Formats: sequence, structure tokens, C-alpha cells
Amino acid sequence: MFLKPQTTKAAPKHTVDPANQPWVEKYRPKTIDDVSAQEHIVAVLQKTLTSSNLPHMLFYGPPGTGKTSTILALSRQLFGPDNFRNRVLELNASDERGIAIVRDKIKNFARQTPRAQTVASDGKVYPCPPYKIIILDEADSMTQDAQSALRRIMETHARITRFCLVCNYVTRIIEPLASRCSKFRFKPLDTSSTSLRLQHISSTEQIPVSLPVIDTLISVSGGDLRRAITYLQSASRLSSSTSPPTEITSQDIHEIAGVIPNPVINSFAKVLGVDIIDDSGMDVDDGGRAKGFDAVRGKVKELMREGYSASQLLSQLHDLIVPHPTLSARQKSQCAMVIAEADKALCDGADEELWVLEVALKVHKFLA
Amino acid sequence: MSLWVDKYRPRSLDDLHYHAGLSARLRSLAASGDFPHMLFYGPSGAGKKTRITCTLRQLFGPGAEKLKIDQRVFMTPTKRKLDVNIVQSNFHIEITPSDVGIYDRVVIQEILKEIAQTQQVDLNARQRFKVVIINEADSLSRDAQAALRRTMEKYMSNMRIILCANSTSKLIAPIKSRCLLMRVAAPNTAEMQTCLQYVAKREKFDLPPEAAEEIIQDANGNLRKALLVLEALKMQSPDLTGPLAIAKPDWETYCNKVADMIVQEQTPSRVMEVRAKFYELLSHCIPPTVILKTVAERVVERVDESLKADVMHWAAIYEVRMRVGSKKIFHLEAWVVKIMSLYKQFVFGFSMDDFEA
Ligand SMILES: Nc1ncnc2c1ncn2[C@@H]1O[C@H](COP(=O)(O)OP(=O)(O)O)[C@@H](O)[C@H]1O
Ligand SMILES: [Mg+2]
Repeated sequence: MFLKPQTTKAAPKHTVDPANQPWVEKYRPKTIDDVSAQEHIVAVLQKTLTSSNLPHMLFYGPPGTGKTSTILALSRQLFGPDNFRNRVLELNASDERGIAIVRDKIKNFARQTPRAQTVASDGKVYPCPPYKIIILDEADSMTQDAQSALRRIMETHARITRFCLVCNYVTRIIEPLASRCSKFRFKPLDTSSTSLRLQHISSTEQIPVSLPVIDTLISVSGGDLRRAITYLQSASRLSSSTSPPTEITSQDIHEIAGVIPNPVINSFAKVLGVDIIDDSGMDVDDGGRAKGFDAVRGKVKELMREGYSASQLLSQLHDLIVPHPTLSARQKSQCAMVIAEADKALCDGADEELWVLEVALKVHKFLA
Repeated sequence: MSLWVDKYRPRSLDDLHYHAGLSARLRSLAASGDFPHMLFYGPSGAGKKTRITCTLRQLFGPGAEKLKIDQRVFMTPTKRKLDVNIVQSNFHIEITPSDVGIYDRVVIQEILKEIAQTQQVDLNARQRFKVVIINEADSLSRDAQAALRRTMEKYMSNMRIILCANSTSKLIAPIKSRCLLMRVAAPNTAEMQTCLQYVAKREKFDLPPEAAEEIIQDANGNLRKALLVLEALKMQSPDLTGPLAIAKPDWETYCNKVADMIVQEQTPSRVMEVRAKFYELLSHCIPPTVILKTVAERVVERVDESLKADVMHWAAIYEVRMRVGSKKIFHLEAWVVKIMSLYKQFVFGFSMDDFEA
């Protein structure tokens, strides 16, 4: 019975108990000044707050770098809480974006021109410039056709609307559309900004997080702050739900992020003939290079039974081989090539076991 | 009367036999009032689905086990009607993308929006959110995955998503980073032994450990398979002593036959015979990847050490071509021809390199 759609479209948005709110939402920057590490963009946008003139915009960059947060914060600062709903339209890939629907929604939205009320209920004054903002989030998943149709729509409504397209890959936005927008490139977050942000969150949440754990978070999330924050919250959930609560360890973070433990990777590499030098500089000697096909295949089957993902496995193997101190440049290149090929195959949907085995057998041969 | 796999499927987290650490985590997460989106991944038969069901029960109580099946009609963008059967309880709903083919995005989107926009009406419900389980999440189209991204952030107050997949490789990064990852490894030999012995005890018969061992070897980490085989064997020879004859499924025997044919003779007419067998297998809905892997594994057992790696190499190559291409049989056949020619070169001891321009 709960499947009957309600007629009133009242998705209660902010009724979550703040304690249970996902931290990525809770710590989403409220103003553009809160956005870390994108100083250049913030400086430019800051001007639009006073000049009340805004171009169409295209935000692009990797996930979790603050694109959605920035446009939401900017809109909120422009219009304030009361006008936000009738001045800002957010459409994303989860909304039906067949072009007819987009056109309809935009038309309807652009038609009503509500009177701006500059002093908001929170007592603050907002610029409330005389246009509406339409955010097309995840725009790179719109079809080419939809994008071309969007050109016209943008022109028709140019007087009273500003568009903000948000995407990961700027190349997936058709040129005529991209050229109508001011482009803003979001960089992956640098280490120190990420670290500061994470420390801010952990101290506000009053959970003890050691510096090595922060470093681990930074290294597994690769500049994606959303990931880093989600991992931190998951880890804190897990560690606080045991009794007595335990402290978060780097190991926990690896587990949550799906990173394969080093001993597992090392023993795999060892079977393939890679010498593993441990921290003390000693050659670790538990079992050695596999003798033949069956041994290599056995190891691969064992790994697959553990459920490790092939792409993760290959990426960690790659990270072990490339900087390896004793392998020759030629051997490294050969290994890198077969791993690249496997990556492509996996993207095409290939069978994981076959390709992990393929890489294993090839590496085993190159290192003979 | 239900099969043992179903009859003795653990129903609560406390009943689960192995991966105790994982169960403990799930238990405390369910109690914390702060339950995240989750992604369960691991090989088939490792117990992902069972664990998810137990978690639901932990979250919502026995009510989560009262399932009903609803016939729903969805409208595709091209105005075609789509009938889909949907399994649900008062607290959760299940979607399997392969049931809806290329329209997975439409269906998932509709269902998620509906759930997101409705509050839990049952005042006695233990959680204010509902759970959406997406089975076989690795077969979700890119489109459908993209559609999940923002929804997962936006509707967190009313809804949690649990994805179930064999691997995380086919899921886009933005989805993975929004979930708590739960890896469910296949049970090891000892753990499987415990499970089989438990069932034997409940069914009141003696299971010799050696017999169990043999079943476990054959099952290769797939507990479902092990339990099915156990039940079948028990029907055949009630005392389970002496050498066991674990019957292979017909398609597997058939694949082995194909492998033997390839190794016995390498001629155009043999290729034609093999092709007929492939058609037969495909028409019985055996997935082409399974066919290729099974035949290749058997061929590998029967050829010289120096050829084994090549056999698997070409299997990997033609398997991915099969995925990208449209006619499965072309690539299966191409692989056979490749293997035959390799084999022939090997037997006659000369290299064909000179002939390949
Ligand atoms: N530059 C940033 N400064 C502060 N927080 C950020 C920044 N980038 C990402 N975040 C955090 O990550 C989450 C996701 O950011 P979002 O803006 O949605 O990323 P995307 O670039 O993928 O749209 C936000 O809720 C916020 O907590
Ligand atoms: Mg975004």
C-alpha cells in the first residue's frame, strides 16, 4: 500500500533528526565561503553576489569536489530561504529528463514571476536578483538530443533564467551548449584542505580520529571529499556501535573502502613472482613463485572466492609493481600493458575471473 | 515441502553460521538508528541475500518477512506498458533489474520516488525509513546507476538502499562512495562443513565428514550448491557411505563433451559438430560465458602445460568480444577454431608464425 504515490508532492526534506543525518549533507557548505580549496571559483562567484549579474555557468570536475554544494550555496545566498523554492529549480539524472519533460518543467517554472521579498523571515537581506536559476546536475548523462534541444530553451528563456550545468566530464557537453556558459573547473581537493575539513567534522562530532587515520582517508578517497566524509561516518558508526566503543583504525577505513589488505595483495604478487620486500627491508619468505599454471589458477580462484573486486585487485597489483625496486623497466611496462587491457575488458563487462587469471598468467610469464 | 536450502535458511542475524564479525557489525548498525545505504558483494552462494534478509528482520522485526507480490504497470518514455512483479513487505521492496530489461532506469526511478515521497504510515514501525533492495546490482545499466546518485543523497530521510552484487567492478564510483561496503566472502571448508552438519543434525541423519568434504570440494564455495547436492545425494543413497557419485548437471557434462571433441580432432567438420552442440546449450539458456568457461576449464585439464595459459588467454579475449558483440555463437566458435589451431601446431611441433602475415 505504501507504493501508492501521494498526490501532493510533499517530500519532507529537512525533517531528519540531525543526529542521523548523513554527514555529507550536514556538512555541506552553507555559503560559498565555506567551500574549501576552490578559491578562484569562490572569488569569481563572490562578485556575482554584489553585482546581481550572473552568466550561464558550467561547473565541471571530479565527484565530491563541491560542484553541487557551490551552486546550492550560491543560490541560497542570492535568494534566501523563503524564495529558494520558487526561484531555483534543481533537475538531476534521477529526474525524468526526456526533453519534452524538461521543456515543460522549465516553461512552467519560468512562467511565474513571483514578487521578490528581499527581507527574509530570518531577518537577513538577500540580493534577490530578477531571474531564476535552473540547475541541471549530472548534465553529462543527458542525451545529445536533449542537450541540443536545451540550446533553444536557454535562448527562449534567457531574459529571466540562468542555467547552471553541473557535470564530471566537460567533453560530454555538446560544444554549442558549453560555449554559452562560463566554465568553472573544480579541482580534486588537495591534502591539506581535505585534512582540515575532516578534522573539523571529527571535532564537531566529538569522535577521536588520529592523524594516521586522516591520512588513510585522504589516500583512499583520492581528492573526493564526499567519499572521505562517508567513510569517516561509516567508520564512526561501526566503532561507536560496539561495546565498549573502539577507536577508529586505518584498517577499518580500508575495510569500509573495499581496499584489499596488503598481506593478501603481497601473497598474490608473490605467487606471480614479484619479490616482496617488507618494511624491515627483508625479503619476506612465505611460499614463493608458483611453479605452474595450476598454482596460479588456484591462487586466482582463492581470491575470487574471497569476493574481492577484480578492478580493485588489479589496481592494487599495479600500484605494487610499478614502483617496485628490483623489477626491470621492461617487465614493469609489460605488466602495465596487460593490466590496462584487463581494465578495458572489465569496463566492457568481461568476466572478472577470466581477466584476473589472464593478468596473473601474463605477469607470471613476464617475471619468469 | 521446501528444499533444505530454504527450510534451513537462517532467519535472524544470530542464526548465521559464519562471518560472525560481519553479523555483529550488521546487528550494531541496525540498532544504531543511523543505518546507511549498503552494498553487499561477494561470489554466488556466499550468503549475501540471506544476510540482507536477516538484517531486515533485525531492523523491522518479523513483519519484514511477510512478503506479497504486486503486479505493477510502468510506462516507458516511449509510452509502452511494462508489467513487473514486485516483491514487497510493509517495510521494504525488492527490485531485480533483469526483470525489466532495458527499462531499469524508469522502473527504479518511479519506485524510489514513490517511496521517497511517502512517509512510513505504520506508527508501530521501528524505523522511519523503508528499504529498497536492488538485486543483481552489477547488471544495472549506466543510466540507472546515474539516476541513483543524487536520489541516494536527497531522499535519505525516508529511504535506504541495499544493493546486492557479485562484484563492485561494474558499479560506478559515485554509487560505491555513497554506500557502506559489505564484502561477503564464500565460506571456507570448515565453515561449510559446519553448515552441512547442522542441516544433517536437524534432518536427523549422520553425515560422514568425508562425504561432506567431497560435496564441499565440488561446490567451490557455493553453499547453496552444496546444500542442494547434499539433499540430492541423501535421496539417492540414504546412508551416504562409500564413494559418492555427485551428479553433474546435464549442461556441464555436455560442455565437457565439447571440450573432449576439441582435443580429439581438429578439422572443419569437427568445428561444425561443436557448433551444433553450442546451439543446443544456448537454446537451453545456459549463459554463453558459463559455456565458454566450463569448456575452457576442461580443455585446460587435457592439454600440455605449455598450452594452458594460451587456452585461457583466448577464452578471456573471446569472452569480452562476446559481451561487446551481438552474436554469441560467432565468438564461441572463433575461440574453438583458435584453440584447435594452437593444439595442432603444438602436436606437429612447428610454429604457424611464418604463415600469419
Ligand atoms: N570544496 C569543498 N568544500 C567543502 N566541502 C566539500 C567540498 N567538496 C565537497 N564537499 C563535501 O562533499 C559533499 C559532496 O559535495 P558535492 O558538492 O555534492 O560534490 P559534487 O562536486 O560531486 O557535486 C558535500 O556535502 C560536502 O560535505
Ligand atoms: Mg554533484
